Amino acid sequence: MISMRLSLMRWLGMLCIGGVMAATAQGAGEVEQLQRQLRELQENFERVMREQRQQIEALQQQVERLQARQPAPPVKAESPPVAEAPEESDAVRRGWSPPDPIRIGQGGAYMDIGLVGTFAVGGSTARDIEGGTQLGGHDPNRRGFTVQGVEVEFEGAVDPYFRGSANLNFAMDGEGESFVELEEAWLETMALPGNFQLRAGQFLTDFGRLNGQHPHQWAFVDAPLVTARFLGPDGLRNPGARVSWLMPTPFYSELFLAVQNSHGAGAAGFRGGGHHHHGGHGDSTALPLGYRHADNDRGIRGLGDLLWSPRYAVSFDVTETQTVLLGASAAWGPNASGGRGDTTTQIYGLDGYWKWKPANAHGGFPFVSFQTEGLVRRYGLGAFDWADEAQPQVFTAPLTPARLGRETVTDYGFYAQLLYGFRKGWVAGLRYDAVTGERGKYEKLGLTDADGAPWGRDPLRRKRWRLSPNLTWYPSEYSKIRLQYNYDERADLGADHSLWLQWELLLGAHGAHRF
Amino acid sequence: MGRIVFSAGMNGNNHQANIADERRPGHRIPGSQSEFREDDPPMKPAKRRAGIPGGSHLLRFRAVAGSVLLLAATIVHAKLNIVATTADLAALAQAIGGQEVAITALARPTEDPHFVDAKPSFIVKLSRADALIHGGAELESAWLAPLLAGARNAKILPGAPGNIRACQGVQMLEVPDALDRSHGDIHAAGNPHFLVAPENARIVATHLAEVFGQLDPPSAALYAANRKAFTEQLEARRRVWRNALAPFKGARLVAYHNSWPYFAREFGLEISLFLEPKPGIPPSAAHLAMVMARMKEQQVRVILHDPYLDRRTAETVARTTGARVVNVTQYPGGVKGSEGGYLEMMDYLVNTLAQALAAASPAPPAAPGAQPK
Repeated sequence: MISMRLSLMRWLGMLCIGGVMAATAQGAGEVEQLQRQLRELQENFERVMREQRQQIEALQQQVERLQARQPAPPVKAESPPVAEAPEESDAVRRGWSPPDPIRIGQGGAYMDIGLVGTFAVGGSTARDIEGGTQLGGHDPNRRGFTVQGVEVEFEGAVDPYFRGSANLNFAMDGEGESFVELEEAWLETMALPGNFQLRAGQFLTDFGRLNGQHPHQWAFVDAPLVTARFLGPDGLRNPGARVSWLMPTPFYSELFLAVQNSHGAGAAGFRGGGHHHHGGHGDSTALPLGYRHADNDRGIRGLGDLLWSPRYAVSFDVTETQTVLLGASAAWGPNASGGRGDTTTQIYGLDGYWKWKPANAHGGFPFVSFQTEGLVRRYGLGAFDWADEAQPQVFTAPLTPARLGRETVTDYGFYAQLLYGFRKGWVAGLRYDAVTGERGKYEKLGLTDADGAPWGRDPLRRKRWRLSPNLTWYPSEYSKIRLQYNYDERADLGADHSLWLQWELLLGAHGAHRF
Repeated sequence: MGRIVFSAGMNGNNHQANIADERRPGHRIPGSQSEFREDDPPMKPAKRRAGIPGGSHLLRFRAVAGSVLLLAATIVHAKLNIVATTADLAALAQAIGGQEVAITALARPTEDPHFVDAKPSFIVKLSRADALIHGGAELESAWLAPLLAGARNAKILPGAPGNIRACQGVQMLEVPDALDRSHGDIHAAGNPHFLVAPENARIVATHLAEVFGQLDPPSAALYAANRKAFTEQLEARRRVWRNALAPFKGARLVAYHNSWPYFAREFGLEISLFLEPKPGIPPSAAHLAMVMARMKEQQVRVILHDPYLDRRTAETVARTTGARVVNVTQYPGGVKGSEGGYLEMMDYLVNTLAQALAAASPAPPAAPGAQPK
């Protein structure tokens, strides 16, 4: 044992000091033996070195040959990661590019840029298409051709803390006037502690399912009646901030709370009253809801003057091939009705989405999906005396300006849509829409205009339903062609038929969609 | 590592989930709050309660104390919670991670990896993951980004050590010179179906072992040993696979989608005729006629069929040309016989193809009555 340990020490000593004889040599014979061993060791060492050098050279030549034969490796020199670079492994150091964001399209720029163009052609038996039969701000709006929207999208990581997104929409109204909308522009935290996420900027409110989506994601050429009537032609969309919390449940469940401005085009059901695209009698300048004056913006005096929208969403995978996503939403804020400006709007909604897709679907087909949203709106109408106006427009009897009392009116509505992707690239859809409003006190007064012609029931709250079958063909994920028919039945106005052909192009990078 | 692992085996769609758990049942704490499992048989808690007589406070105390200790032990030795986008990556992670990791695959092995739904349940899985393994070559680009954004998990964001791009270090094939979608759905990073080449599996396995070791230093040696064992097996089997397919060097095969260039290069096969005219574009009649003419001209007898592609088209072409449709997959479990791990799947692929090519090569059977114009 001891001698073994000694010899081991000796070997170690020789290696370390570089061949100096061990100090404990115990005789000439042993010295000679050790010298011989050392020589052998040196020879061995040199041979190994030589062999290794040869091997390295051979490998280098091989690598060069292979590289000459193949296209250049795609791993391009890219900028180092912006985040504090983690201690990289050997493998990572071996000439690998730093992890870059996941993108569609080439990850060579700091942001992804994409363009979606949506157009339609068709016609309707109705005369009042824009704001009449078609309530959505980006619906087909006239007989002939419509530019529904040309959206430019920008998306990317701002820095290690935020991701950013912006969405500008160009479109033309029914008169052919171009307009530009800032649809969205926000930054969002990447990873706050506690599973929180903060978004700030201009954004689509998470109310229900459709409102948070851009129109090109919709499965129909137009907005459902209920969302367009209650949330506004352009939906709920305003500057503000949103916090969301992914709850620590074993299934997906998330709470959202958004606070946004309550005025402007993105909050039509609140203080954006003057912006309603539509009115009674096909007159797009007519006043909304109950013929109140809508020009009473009192600014922001407290938190109650902002628009508050909470939402809870929950999802389950019912089976391996079926997923359900359910949500409950609300939106509260002041509205622009009446002379005093102290009235509020409350909107509540429930939404559901179910999708089936078999485990061996080909390119995402076949699939069946069902989507529905039901909404209730309680709209506070302020007291208003038309006699105070320089040019009264609403009268109770000929030449008596109307004096309207304070009241709250309630409206209901829902849509349900079924989609069947029956073969790759082909989707058949069917949607049913219905909206109605409880008759308000003001509607019982027999209001007339200055000439004594009755205003009748408020057309913006009148009962209405619509049935829309359609067929969509996606030649690829980047284009689509859609044909849709609408049977539209409006109380007091009768039935209308509309036929629209829609087409869409998608250029550049396009962010993947949420479920 | 001091985190509680929520084993996300809720809905039975985690194909690789908790394999390690099942192998080591003693490691699980029945009824502990650290595990949410809807698929647990409801009998379990009742049984346990039956084992502890209601009157015995001491026993109950012991049970509680034991549970607390066990819970503490699990927290200390929590496994790495790994989410892989596809089953092939999950299989490699399992080979490297062994019992130290709990693995969840998002896409099912039969599912088209280009078109996975971004289900909200995936957000939950990703929010609790210590690491995410993805191809990194845009295969998952249609669904992964919104999941990552929703998961708000710093450990797996791009740039973090837990965001593992499997393609790193892999020599990508078919990197387009120009990005032009009139060529179909091509990927800027090159063909993303790279894992069916053993060389690339070795690169990914090495990469995984290194990252796992970084994320979980106490087990780094174990991951390295697993990697060594795996790559040794891989090299041994690679020789077997090459021998098995050596007789068919240069053989031509048809595939629906261009997902086999790495496999073809490894084994000297020629897979350059596709039923799709361009990646992601459905076949037209004219294109299929051209393919069938070429198949007859070149004596092509085998059509590769992945479970998520259109089988009817493949069968029509096979009937007309006298070729046979061979079920293949790139994901363990995608086809019956490919279950197990990466090596088993490759075994299946090589054996199936060798058999099909052997049956097809000696004397090609006459096409049954199908004379194309």
